[in-house]
Amino acid sequence: MKISTLLYTFKQGFINIFKNKWYSMASVATIAACLFLFGLFYAVLMNFQHIVKNAEEGVSVTVFFEAGTTDERIQEIGEMIDARVEISDLVFVSDDEAWATFASEYYGEDYALGFPENPLEGEDNYEIYLSDVSLQSALVTWLDSIPEVRKINYSELTANTLSGANLLIAYVSLGIIVILLAVSVFLISNTVSIGISVRSEEINIMKYIGATDFFVRAPFVLEGMIIGLIGAAVPLGIIYSLYNYVLNYVVERFTMLSSFLDFISVGEIFSVLAPLSLLLGVGIGFLGSITTVRKHLHV
Amino acid sequence: MTRKELLKKKREEMIEENGVIFLDNVTKTYATGTPALNGITLNIHRGEFVFIVGDSGSGKSTLIKLLLRELKASSGNVYVMGHDLARLKHRKIPKFRRNIGVVFQDFRLLNDRNVYENVAFAQRIIETPIKEIRRNVPAILATVGLAGKYKAKTKQLSGGEQQRVALARALVNNPGILLADEPTGNLDPKNSWEIMKLLEEINEAGTTVVVVTHNREIVNAMQKRVIAMKKGVIVSDEEEGGYIDED
Repeated sequence: MKISTLLYTFKQGFINIFKNKWYSMASVATIAACLFLFGLFYAVLMNFQHIVKNAEEGVSVTVFFEAGTTDERIQEIGEMIDARVEISDLVFVSDDEAWATFASEYYGEDYALGFPENPLEGEDNYEIYLSDVSLQSALVTWLDSIPEVRKINYSELTANTLSGANLLIAYVSLGIIVILLAVSVFLISNTVSIGISVRSEEINIMKYIGATDFFVRAPFVLEGMIIGLIGAAVPLGIIYSLYNYVLNYVVERFTMLSSFLDFISVGEIFSVLAPLSLLLGVGIGFLGSITTVRKHLHV
Repeated sequence: MTRKELLKKKREEMIEENGVIFLDNVTKTYATGTPALNGITLNIHRGEFVFIVGDSGSGKSTLIKLLLRELKASSGNVYVMGHDLARLKHRKIPKFRRNIGVVFQDFRLLNDRNVYENVAFAQRIIETPIKEIRRNVPAILATVGLAGKYKAKTKQLSGGEQQRVALARALVNNPGILLADEPTGNLDPKNSWEIMKLLEEINEAGTTVVVVTHNREIVNAMQKRVIAMKKGVIVSDEEEGGYIDED
């Protein structure tokens, strides 16, 4: 194809957008509304998952040892635990460290001086953090099989609740995203279809004169892609401002909430949301126009 | 000789032998079951001027659609400019149609573009260099008497002028055949005669012209070949013929 032909089809694509401004605006509004909902949902969902993930990472299993277990054996067991794939972090807490933490948290340093000896002597332990809390019960069973292990502290309820919540979020988000995308494609292809049907006469003329399918299709497809791009950029701008505003509002107004809820930064959200939305917008515009024009090409 | 050259030679031989339009026992039946064309055999040779006349439902429109390969024949063979239309692949249709200039009763112009752009559009499709478009379009507009109106929007033109633009668009790529489907159907007598005069000039310059029309006065006055159709069959085919009365 000659460059002049390519330039001509590009020019026609742009001209079409302005020529059919009402249809173009309706298409942009439809895509923008769908992708706004998608973006909003994505931002909420990512934050929710982030909070659950943080909570998961805080869940630990603590292992205590029988009296008389040597330091070497404790270290050896530590190495065995650390070698397991589901472990994200392993912290050894000696009995002295355990008492120091406990005393400072619950009594204050002065009061703790009233204890001449360490009441937690022999309470050396490992704090084990898992990468996936759903694997906690398997780990506990394995730990239980080690003869030197005296006691294992863990919360089955927390682990089950968190892994259940995680699974639920995954299913719900997948479902909502699929529904949103299906609705978007339906609405957009309808809008594009109306816009193109109005111009089916024009397509007929082109075909009678001897225009190839590509020559007829290219301006429409380009038009669809530009509309998709604008339709994606508009909600991205709105979500960006809205997200920053809501985040600042929550941090300022609800200090308590923000101290234990860690939100994802707008930059992190947009590193995925921006390219994804733009790709979806352009993709939907491309598919919507290419399939609709095809219907009118059989002349 | 390459395959392309061989095919071209074969097409030329077919045109020499059977004409630029050759229908061999062609039948076209729609889903309703009634045949719109029934066993039509027809040869139109290079440089001819032919009227196709007949009532509504006689099969004229179906014939035009077959010639443009908008429809496929149910049986029989249709050859246009040596192309066997039954064997023409979908992607080859645009290139084939560039051999045929076509003019309709309702002009079918791109109304958002001016006169120049409407005619230039036909050249852009075949990727004519811009320099040549700038040379060819004014020349063809001068031929149809619209040299001074190249900037006008099509809606600003009279019916006769719009049909001239359509003619210019149909001719700018030098087609071998010009198909005119009721070209005077929307025009007053004066404009109708002017358009017919133009078609005659185009024919004298070497283009085969096929005109589908209801215009009895024009057909009778021009004394050209007349093919009359009725209920999907050819009822008469006369050199220097006239409009046949239905009864």
